[in-house]
Order: sequence, then C-alpha cells, then structure tokens
Amino acid sequence: MNKTFKELAYTLNNSPAWQQKYREIMLLGKQLPTMPEVLKTPDALVPGCESKVWLYLEFDLQENCLVIIGDSDTRIVKGLLALILSLYNGLTPSQVLAINAFEEFQKLGLISHLSPSRGNGIKAIVERIQAMAEQKSL
Amino acid sequence: MFTVEKIRNDFPILTQQINNQPLVYLDSAATSQKPQSVITATEVFYTEQNANVHRGRHTLSEQATTAYEQTRDKVAHYFNVQSREIVWTKGATEALNLIANGLTEQLDKNSSIVITPLEHHANIVPWQQLALKTGAKLHILPLEPDATLNVAACVEFLDQVKPSVLTLTHASNALGNITNLSPLLSAVKDFNTITIVDGAQGAMHLQPDLKTLDCDFYVFSAHKMLGPTGVGGLYGKYERLNALQPYQTGGEMIETVSLLQSTFRDAPAKFEAGTPNIAGVIGFSAALDYLTALDKKAVYDYEQMLFNYVVDKLNDIDGITIYSNLEHNIGTICFNYRDEHPFDIATLLDGFGVAVRSGHHCTQPLMAHLGINGSVRASFCFYNTHQDIDIFINALHECIALLD
Ligand SMILES: Cc1ncc(COP(=O)(O)O)c(C=O)c1O
Repeated sequence: MNKTFKELAYTLNNSPAWQQKYREIMLLGKQLPTMPEVLKTPDALVPGCESKVWLYLEFDLQENCLVIIGDSDTRIVKGLLALILSLYNGLTPSQVLAINAFEEFQKLGLISHLSPSRGNGIKAIVERIQAMAEQKSL
Repeated sequence: MFTVEKIRNDFPILTQQINNQPLVYLDSAATSQKPQSVITATEVFYTEQNANVHRGRHTLSEQATTAYEQTRDKVAHYFNVQSREIVWTKGATEALNLIANGLTEQLDKNSSIVITPLEHHANIVPWQQLALKTGAKLHILPLEPDATLNVAACVEFLDQVKPSVLTLTHASNALGNITNLSPLLSAVKDFNTITIVDGAQGAMHLQPDLKTLDCDFYVFSAHKMLGPTGVGGLYGKYERLNALQPYQTGGEMIETVSLLQSTFRDAPAKFEAGTPNIAGVIGFSAALDYLTALDKKAVYDYEQMLFNYVVDKLNDIDGITIYSNLEHNIGTICFNYRDEHPFDIATLLDGFGVAVRSGHHCTQPLMAHLGINGSVRASFCFYNTHQDIDIFINALHECIALLD
C-alpha cells in the first residue's frame, strides 16, 4: 500500500471529532491538483452523482501501473477522491486488487461515504479502478 | 390550541439520535414523518386483518374491503369531492402518468399542453412523452426571474395558446412557493382545457377544497401527508376521469373478459388493476384522521411562524442567497451559501444531526432558470420547533466556519 495513504490514515484516525476529520478531508481535496480541463470529457464524468466527479484512468504499460486523475466540484468528494488516489495511484494491477477500499474506509470511519445513497460517486470510482486493474491483470 | 410538544410525542422518530445528536428533521418535503397511529394501523392490519380486497366473501376480506373503501371516502371528504372521483395509485408520480397516458386518445397534433418551469420532473416528463406520442405541442408558461408566476403575463399567455391541457403545481417542492391557482384556472375556463394540479406538496400544507378550486384533476402522495410510502392517488372530476383510457389492465378493473376481448368497469375501478397497497391505504386512513383532527388554521399559522423565523435567521447570515418566495410559501426554504456546493453543506449539516436536502430536487429546469446547479433545501412541517431552527442555524454557522 501507498505510504502516503498510511500517513493520511494516521492523521484522520487522530482526528477524533468528526468536524476535524472533515476538515482534514477537505484539506486533502484542496491539495489535490485540479484536473486539466481537456481531461474533463463527458466520458470522464461519473454519471448519477449529485456532485460533479471526473475520473481519468490510464494504464502505464512501461511501468505496469495505473495512472489515476480525478476531480470534483465539491470539497468533500474531492477530499475523498484524494484518499482513493493515495490508496491506488501508481500501483500495479495486482497491488490494486489486493487493496479493499471498503475495508480501509471502514477503518477510517468513513464507510457511509461508500454507501449507494450518498450519490457522491466514490463507490463508482472504486469500482472503475478495480475493473481496470482486473482487466490488466488478466 | 396547537401545542407542538404534544404533537412531537406522536412522532416516535423525532426522538432519534443522528451522529449522537438529536435528529433535526428538515426534509418533510421529501417525505413527512409518520405519527404512531399510522404505524400502529399498518401493524394491526397485518397482525389481525390482512386479506385481499374486493374478492372473496370471507369475513376478513369484507372487513379489509370496507376499511379500504372507507379510506377513499375519507380522502374524498378531505378534498370535498365524491368518493368515486378518487383513484388509488402508488403516488403522485403514478397519478400524473395515469392522467397523461389516459389522455392519449384525446389529443392530436393540433393540441397544446402547457406546463410551468416550476414543476417537479414527475409533472414534466409524462407531458413530454404525451406530446411525443400525440404530436401535441408543449408550451411553457413564462416565469419571472425570481421564479414567481406573474398572473397577468400568464393569463395573456394562456389566452393566446388556449391549451388543451394545463398542468400546474400547487406548491413548488424546491422553493415552497405557492401557485396562485385560481386566476390561472379561470383564464382557461372558456377553452375546454383539461386542468391538472400537482398537489404532492400542497395536499397537506394547504388542505385544498377541490370543489372550490375547480380543477379537473389533483394528484397527491400519501407519504408526504403523514401516511405510508407507496400510496397516493388522484382526484378527477367524474366525467373527465371516466373519459381517460385505463393505464394498466388486468384483474379487478374489468367487467367481463373473454379470450379475445374485455370490457372495463367505470372509474375509479378501471384504473385500479391488480392488488393495491391495502396496508398502505389503511395506514393512510390513520394519517387522514390525524390531519383532520388538527386545527387547520392553527397549524397553518404555526408553520408560517416557523418559516418566518428561519427566514429571519438566514437573512442574518452574510453570504446566504435565498431563492424561495417569502410571501406565499408552504414552509420550504431554498438557499445557497456563497459559491459553496450544496452537497458539502448538507453533508456537514448531517454531522450535526440536521437532515436537509441538497441538489436539484428533481427540478432541473427550475434550477437552470435560477442560474444554479443546485441548492440546499430545508422544509418544515408542524412537528418542527423553533429549537430545531436554532440548532439548524447554529450548525450552519459551524459548517460555514469549517468551509471558510
Ligand atoms: C411537487 C411534486 N410533484 C411530484 C412528486 C412525486 O411524488 P412521488 O415521488 O411521491 O410520486 C413530488 C415528490 O417529491 C413533488 O414534490
């Protein structure tokens, strides 16, 4: 697993009040570079979300790893996206498949954000990343 | 006398804790909470009375049928119309679809359908489909920049279009704005226009007398009137109602069936194919009892007082933009804070136990008219309190502090 994720998880787990947790998440979002406009194509838009969420996925054949770029127009979703990226970005397909985002979010007390009703696209994003990893590991 | 503490005791869910904090439920426009009497009625039905309706001569079936039909009488009484003018559906959406589909053979390419930009998608899409199917032309009533209908401008518009169908919301679900229906309905009196009012939001807060209102159809959802989900219905002036083609066919709606053809019963039976939501209707019966036992005027005044209180509090916050009309409103406030995303505000408010809705509220054309993608909506009911509003406003201040 990505080292940065471990650091982030540590910070979040040491933010006992939920307000503090959200503050950290929004901070993460702020630090995530904005996605270049050319990548914000209709294809990259995750459908059915209340917030706008874009995901650009590419497979780097040379390095055998996933390249993930994401963005959102809301602060919270962008922060959650940053967490997902720190979990999976730059990993090989088999490494990606070995990480269960649902478990990790559970540990961080953020599992409700992966529920279908939140409509924030995070669940769909995890599924897209996993699907690409599966396809490339064949 | 109206005592909110007493009312609150009737709604068990209001004692829930969300995120270890007392629930402040400000999403009654999405669905109202249910009094204990409604919950009990549904439970008792399944425990002691369950049977299918309109079939079988056994005792349980006859009791269930009686209770089911008595609820139709109650709804009719609630709206001051006749029982045979009430059709059960699963909600306002199905009721609107039933009407739109039922009109298919009455319209053609020379017909015109008028809708407003204030409508819920449920009162837009079925009319678009009907226009596609029949070739009828879809017209949109003019809306002022502040999302109110200017009566003079609308009357002039209607006079020009002479619509075959006019459909209006009684109150906007996104904004809470109450439509001034009478002059608009009067404006089409001479054109033989079929008039429909979407009462999903108005049916509980405004308790309309439909005989006086004099529209042809009025639709409602029980779950927004203290009743269970999965029940709703429509009122239709009998001749207009009976002139609709059935929307679904099958058991219970037929008179005779042979293998090659069938004849249908008259309204309302011909629109109620299949086994209905009996338990839901029985639960709704208790909801209607609850609503009619309240002092209508006192409840209305109380809801208006809550609304004015929240408006004042929101106006005190720098950076809040309110989109709702403040004079004619059922108690729903729609706003944004600077250019913060409504999703972020609603998510953070939930952390404080405050339930609001964010997004486009199934009114994308209205949001486009207002030049926004979405908004935060807090909607009130008579079981809310001034304390709810204080908690909401404090939480909003804290959210703003987290965002700034
Ligand atoms: C104005 C309006 N019309 C129609 C509907 C659809 O009602 P239902 O989802 O209960 O069928 C709603 C529900 O939000 C509404 O507010």
